[in-house]
Amino acid sequence: MITELGHFALILALFVAIVQSTVPLIGAARRHLGWMAVARSCALIEFGLIALAMLSLIHAYVTSDFTVINVIQNSHTDKPLLYKITGVWGNHEGSMLLWVFMLSLCSAAVATFSDNLPPALRARVLSVQGMIGVGFLLFILFTSNPFLRTFPAAPNGQGMNPVLQDPGLAFHPPFLYLGYVGFSVAFSFAVAALIEGRVDAAWARWVRPWTLASWCFLTIGIAMGSWWSYYTLGWGGWWFWDPVENASFMPWLVGTALIHSSIVVEKRDTLKTWTILLCIITFSLSLVGTFLVRSGVLTSVHAFATDPSRGMFILLLLVVAIGGSLTLYAVRAPALKGGGLFAPISREGSLVLNNLLLSCGCATVFLGTLYPLFLDAMGGPKLSVGFPFFNRSFVPMMIPMLLAVGVGPLLAWKRGDLLGALQRLWAAYIATGLVVLAAFYVTHGGPVMAVFGLGLSAWLFTAVLTELAERVRLFRIPAADSLRRAVHLPRSAYGMTLAHLGLAISVAGFSASAFDREAIEIVKPGGSISLAGYQVTLEHVDRLPGPNYIADDATIRVTRDGNLIRYMHPERRYFPVQKQTTSETSIRTNLLADLYVALGESDTKGDWTVRVYWKPLVPWIWIGAVVMAFGGMVSLSDRRWRVGVASRARRVEPRVLPVAGE
Amino acid sequence: MKRIFFILPLVLFFVLVGYFVISLQPGHDTHVLPSAMLEKPAPAFDLPGLDNSGPLTMAGLKGHVVVINFFASWCVPCRIEHPLLLRLAQENHLPLYGIAYKDTPANIKRLLDTFGDPYRRIGMDQEGHAGLNFGVYGVPETYVIDANGIIRKRFVGPLTPETVDKELMPLLKQLEPST
Repeated sequence: MITELGHFALILALFVAIVQSTVPLIGAARRHLGWMAVARSCALIEFGLIALAMLSLIHAYVTSDFTVINVIQNSHTDKPLLYKITGVWGNHEGSMLLWVFMLSLCSAAVATFSDNLPPALRARVLSVQGMIGVGFLLFILFTSNPFLRTFPAAPNGQGMNPVLQDPGLAFHPPFLYLGYVGFSVAFSFAVAALIEGRVDAAWARWVRPWTLASWCFLTIGIAMGSWWSYYTLGWGGWWFWDPVENASFMPWLVGTALIHSSIVVEKRDTLKTWTILLCIITFSLSLVGTFLVRSGVLTSVHAFATDPSRGMFILLLLVVAIGGSLTLYAVRAPALKGGGLFAPISREGSLVLNNLLLSCGCATVFLGTLYPLFLDAMGGPKLSVGFPFFNRSFVPMMIPMLLAVGVGPLLAWKRGDLLGALQRLWAAYIATGLVVLAAFYVTHGGPVMAVFGLGLSAWLFTAVLTELAERVRLFRIPAADSLRRAVHLPRSAYGMTLAHLGLAISVAGFSASAFDREAIEIVKPGGSISLAGYQVTLEHVDRLPGPNYIADDATIRVTRDGNLIRYMHPERRYFPVQKQTTSETSIRTNLLADLYVALGESDTKGDWTVRVYWKPLVPWIWIGAVVMAFGGMVSLSDRRWRVGVASRARRVEPRVLPVAGE
Repeated sequence: MKRIFFILPLVLFFVLVGYFVISLQPGHDTHVLPSAMLEKPAPAFDLPGLDNSGPLTMAGLKGHVVVINFFASWCVPCRIEHPLLLRLAQENHLPLYGIAYKDTPANIKRLLDTFGDPYRRIGMDQEGHAGLNFGVYGVPETYVIDANGIIRKRFVGPLTPETVDKELMPLLKQLEPST
């Protein structure tokens, strides 16, 4: 019964979304305040209904209702409660439901926190959100309905892919989706602005917090996914340039460009049409990512079960959403008036450079991801371009960007003094030089690119701190005055500093991966492997029962110079329901390096394959990502998003602008 | 003609949609590519083996029907055909030799350690020269070479149970009737 309630709630949500996508739009065109107000209540009702649908599906999973096909296919009574709940979004149907749930959450948030938005803009934004909702609700109800039943009930479920039964992955999709779907708000704002024919600093101020929040969630989501693949796949790799990973990375790249270009719109009232285009592209890439993952046009290690009819449906959605918004862009964007001019060497100029490099980076990833598909469509073979392509094209493109991140914030708006900025960065040159020399010394002239990467990270880190020191005029005015300046600096300034520091930390982590050491050996219990100064001894392997698996648990003693460091317990888990084995790695970190141990297969004679990796600075990759996201949050807490907007809003009365002359 | 720039994104998007539509068509992916090397002697190669195993040379393979599989650890489709290769090697005693294309011994070892090793022997083609001589577009690709060293068949992309049953196995039977 509860399942049917959820099903009906979802159908009802579709009708509410239809109302939400039409009535407020007409209201805005006719300046009818009552019709415009429908948007807010619709958004809240839609959120409630989809939340109800979500809860009822969770209920079906928790109670193991094996008359629901989706539960049969993805759950099992033996599964721990946590994975019964997270299993809801561990499959195609459920994850689509989570997707629209997140979408309705964003709409409800816009509806709730938009008191200072002009009513017409609000109505249009919510109405566009409603349209996206209609598309995806239709998709769920017609091709991927999670509420379908079957009778008689199945005796038990088929269980969930054991690799997905992991706390890291349990919370990875919600964050990722919140990021993806959060960009729908920026998209809706862009479309609303195109309909209104008006983009100004106030508009940028409204869009920016939403973009920033989505960007933070996406950053966390991607980092979680990468961390998960690091510790579960047992290879020690953290990024595979897999189509599914790229699908989340592309919106991140363009989203990063967007949060930077919207600064220019806000401060200098220029780069408008470009920013609008970025809003559209960011969300379009989220949609294309969804399409790639679910349609089966690309082969990926973690693609969902695919179905061509679903692919066709999503493609249709893409054509309507992206094609529609780009058509609107082609028609209306030329009429948007550009604002202030600026010299190439200026803050604006550096932000344009940032945008250019990030967009090119994204285009490269896009080409690399879709190249097999292009080739395939022309009768070529199915191929994968893999690591070599991305490492040779994307990585070099990011080097000038990282260099520029250090300099850009030191340039003034309109016309900057590059020479002056470069002179003020003396500390960064010293730090870079020292780090490069130290890295060469420690690694005995190790891989040049990696040493260079560490230098780049040091450059970035010091340059960012220099910029902060310049802002508070450290050492130029009395310390107390500097402190007072520091206290009064806007939160957004600290947000930027933190995010850029986070980037520097991550870059160090990426670069240092070239210094990884590994040993893969077959050892008998009692045997040991030495690596990077550690002595890793396999003591014994025991067979232990788990809730829904049987584990071979290895006890491994790690010593250094004869002193016991700790015992580690990598496992191999066999899941009888799925007849699948997973590897549970054991990682010991001291935040400077990870010692990573995975248990491989056993030959029947009692020997075990043991893989040991020593990975310097690898935790910094995720620490950096968390710092970046934290910087975004700090920036979000800036009071300028709350004050100063209302006064602006009063001037922007609901009105329809005539289409500007061509 | 500033307007062109505003229409460009739309045009590019529809080109992309065109590609998507083609790739959604069922049965468009006939993985058959004519090869200039077909029915010609396989190019000579002399590749270092993995670890302590000896080198893999074309000269050494002559006299037997062999199947050569170009693969790499960074290649996702290879991961898909891998279980099939393992099964063929174990159950059908497929004379399978691997050429690791543009990859390092450490990565290959890790791959085979994790997923199993279907190859009788492996040659390391780190620079991709052997692949270039064979005319490899990308990995995976699989070649059937007869006892005289002539390339008899080329499979582009991952082998599937279907292509194995309908093409690979019959061809091998025909080339080596005794087994």
